[in-house]
Amino acid sequence: MIDMSVEIAGVKLKNPVLTASGTFGFGREYAELYDLSKLGAIAVKGLTSEPRNGNPPPRIAETPMGMINSVGLQNPGIKSFIENEIPFLRKFDTKIIANVSGNTVSDYVSITEIASSSDIDFIELNISCPNVKAGGMAFGTGAASVGNLVAEVRKVCKKPLIVKLSPNVTDICEIARAAEASGADALSLINTILAMKIDINTRRPVLKNNVGGLSGRAVFPIAVRMIWQVKNCVNLPVIGMGGVSTGADAVEMMLAGADAVAVGSVMFSDPYTPIKVIDGIHGYLEKHGFNKASDIIGAVNVY
Amino acid sequence: MYIQEDGTVLSNIKISETYYDMTVYSPKIAGCAKPGQFVNIKCGDDLLLRRPISICDCDGENFRLVYENRGAGTSMLTRLITGDNLDILGPLGNGVFPTGVSRVLLVGGGCGAAPLLFAAKKNNECSAVLGFRTCKNAVLTDDFYSVCENLLIATDDGTMGASGTVERPVNLLLEKHKFSYIFACGPRPMLKAVSIIAKRHSIPCYISTEERMACGVGACLCCAIKTKSDKETYSHVCKDGPVFEAGQIVLED
Ligand SMILES: Cc1cc2nc3c(=O)[nH]c(=O)nc-3n(C[C@H](O)[C@H](O)[C@H](O)COP(=O)(O)OP(=O)(O)OC[C@H]3O[C@@H](n4cnc5c(N)ncnc54)[C@H](O)[C@@H]3O)c2cc1C
Ligand SMILES: Cc1cc2nc3c(=O)[nH]c(=O)nc-3n(C[C@H](O)[C@H](O)[C@H](O)COP(=O)(O)O)c2cc1C
Repeated sequence: MIDMSVEIAGVKLKNPVLTASGTFGFGREYAELYDLSKLGAIAVKGLTSEPRNGNPPPRIAETPMGMINSVGLQNPGIKSFIENEIPFLRKFDTKIIANVSGNTVSDYVSITEIASSSDIDFIELNISCPNVKAGGMAFGTGAASVGNLVAEVRKVCKKPLIVKLSPNVTDICEIARAAEASGADALSLINTILAMKIDINTRRPVLKNNVGGLSGRAVFPIAVRMIWQVKNCVNLPVIGMGGVSTGADAVEMMLAGADAVAVGSVMFSDPYTPIKVIDGIHGYLEKHGFNKASDIIGAVNVY
Repeated sequence: MYIQEDGTVLSNIKISETYYDMTVYSPKIAGCAKPGQFVNIKCGDDLLLRRPISICDCDGENFRLVYENRGAGTSMLTRLITGDNLDILGPLGNGVFPTGVSRVLLVGGGCGAAPLLFAAKKNNECSAVLGFRTCKNAVLTDDFYSVCENLLIATDDGTMGASGTVERPVNLLLEKHKFSYIFACGPRPMLKAVSIIAKRHSIPCYISTEERMACGVGACLCCAIKTKSDKETYSHVCKDGPVFEAGQIVLED
């Protein structure tokens, strides 16, 4: 028997495979295809204090091995999430990660206060959304502002606090260290990479927002590199994401230092990907004689 | 309710300069598809996004797709041959065309004709106006001819039927006959024009919309379409549509 469980900030996940925020809604759509209890955890769509309508369409452009989105945190608001979505998600034996955002520090504090008092397992602080004018990535790209925000949120957060990092920075370690010093319990990375696509016939951007966030297989090697860098500069569990599409990808990310991995955009191509990734990791562990999934975390033998 | 099914291509035929007609054996999806619903098709391993295509016709075991070769995804579909496997999610969409009603005017532009054929077969006493760029791209006309009481064609270049947009033939049919419903699918300007005409005649109008789409099931919120209300709100083509009552949404250019 291989032990597939991993631990993130004192919480045991039955396996290291999660779904990435914004790509899995609140789980309802994919619960029609398979039992959500198979998943290690579910990160729900980014939540804000009040409902948000998101950005005008088109919100999506396809790129080689990837896509750019500018959804802009459309969500029903934290209140509706607590009333309507948590009871549904709790029917499944999996952990719930509430991904939260705000426009100001006090926004972040108040949504964290509300969310962390509800029946969820983790708070994931989204300081890396490239698709909103105020807040989001603006908070996540400077070490001082990350440190300040995480410290304020930490004061009210009653659940393990995951800070989700933006790859749109010069030095990811500086940001990771600031989050750690201010009390983050875990880090997740990467959020999407700021990108743009232009229709050469109309000579206009494909996205109404002009720019958006790149995700999918195209970003995978960048994610692996950043996870490896972060794991080497802080002493926190890391949830890796960015283009994971197979069990082999997940193993690679775990070798780089990820304690768990999230499947995101690749779900749109194959909604069964998280299940296949779980099986793929299991197959790798079996083939290479590991007894525990946690044995491969950070096990890359670097030069 | 939707599922993932591995369908089998039964035929895939070029029917005009840019259109193809594919029949797929897919008993689970075909067994419960409704007019207006679509399937989201995986087009090879290199494209992250599936491609949404409307169900054009359906006999309970097989469904038919009529699609235009436009880019990487649809051109991959054109290369499929009998016996090939097709990875499909479907049937998708909760906003569908009414069924079991009578006296329906169907207005289709280009590949917008496709979902209307299925709608024509599930309703009674239908008439249709189909618009195409040119006669070389006029498709499905025989199919509509066999299920509709009246069929008028318009082409932009006048090479078949009336010259110009569908508006004149639509007005012509509305002058001569009484309709209880109008169903439309096609380019935005056409949908706008038809909605205005329907409103003028006080006829309930259902339109099938398109937006760039990712998951197809309502999880990612990419295929937003503006909803009519005081505030700026969005519905989603994949989950709330693709068919909406014309008054429900704002058709932006
Ligand atoms: C609900 C729904 C039903 C559809 N039904 C049909 C159908 O029955 N027959 C048919 O021929 N087409 C249909 N379409 C449009 C079809 O999905 C697109 O033509 C297809 O995705 C283009 O893919 P591609 O890779 O060939 O082209 P790409 O290289 O992706 O793009 C080629 C061109 O198509 C446009 N395009 C790309 N994606 C979409 C999209 N999702 N919606 C609209 N335009 C797009 C782009 O702007 C570009 O100009 C439908 C779309 C939707 C949303
Ligand atoms: C359509 C879409 C919506 C997203 N929404 C959110 C969000 O609300 N909050 C968040 O923290 N990340 C969001 N993300 C980022 C993903 O969670 C993930 O970090 C990123 O896409 C990289 O993983 P991937 O390449 O596997 O998709 C979104 C990504 C996509 C594609």
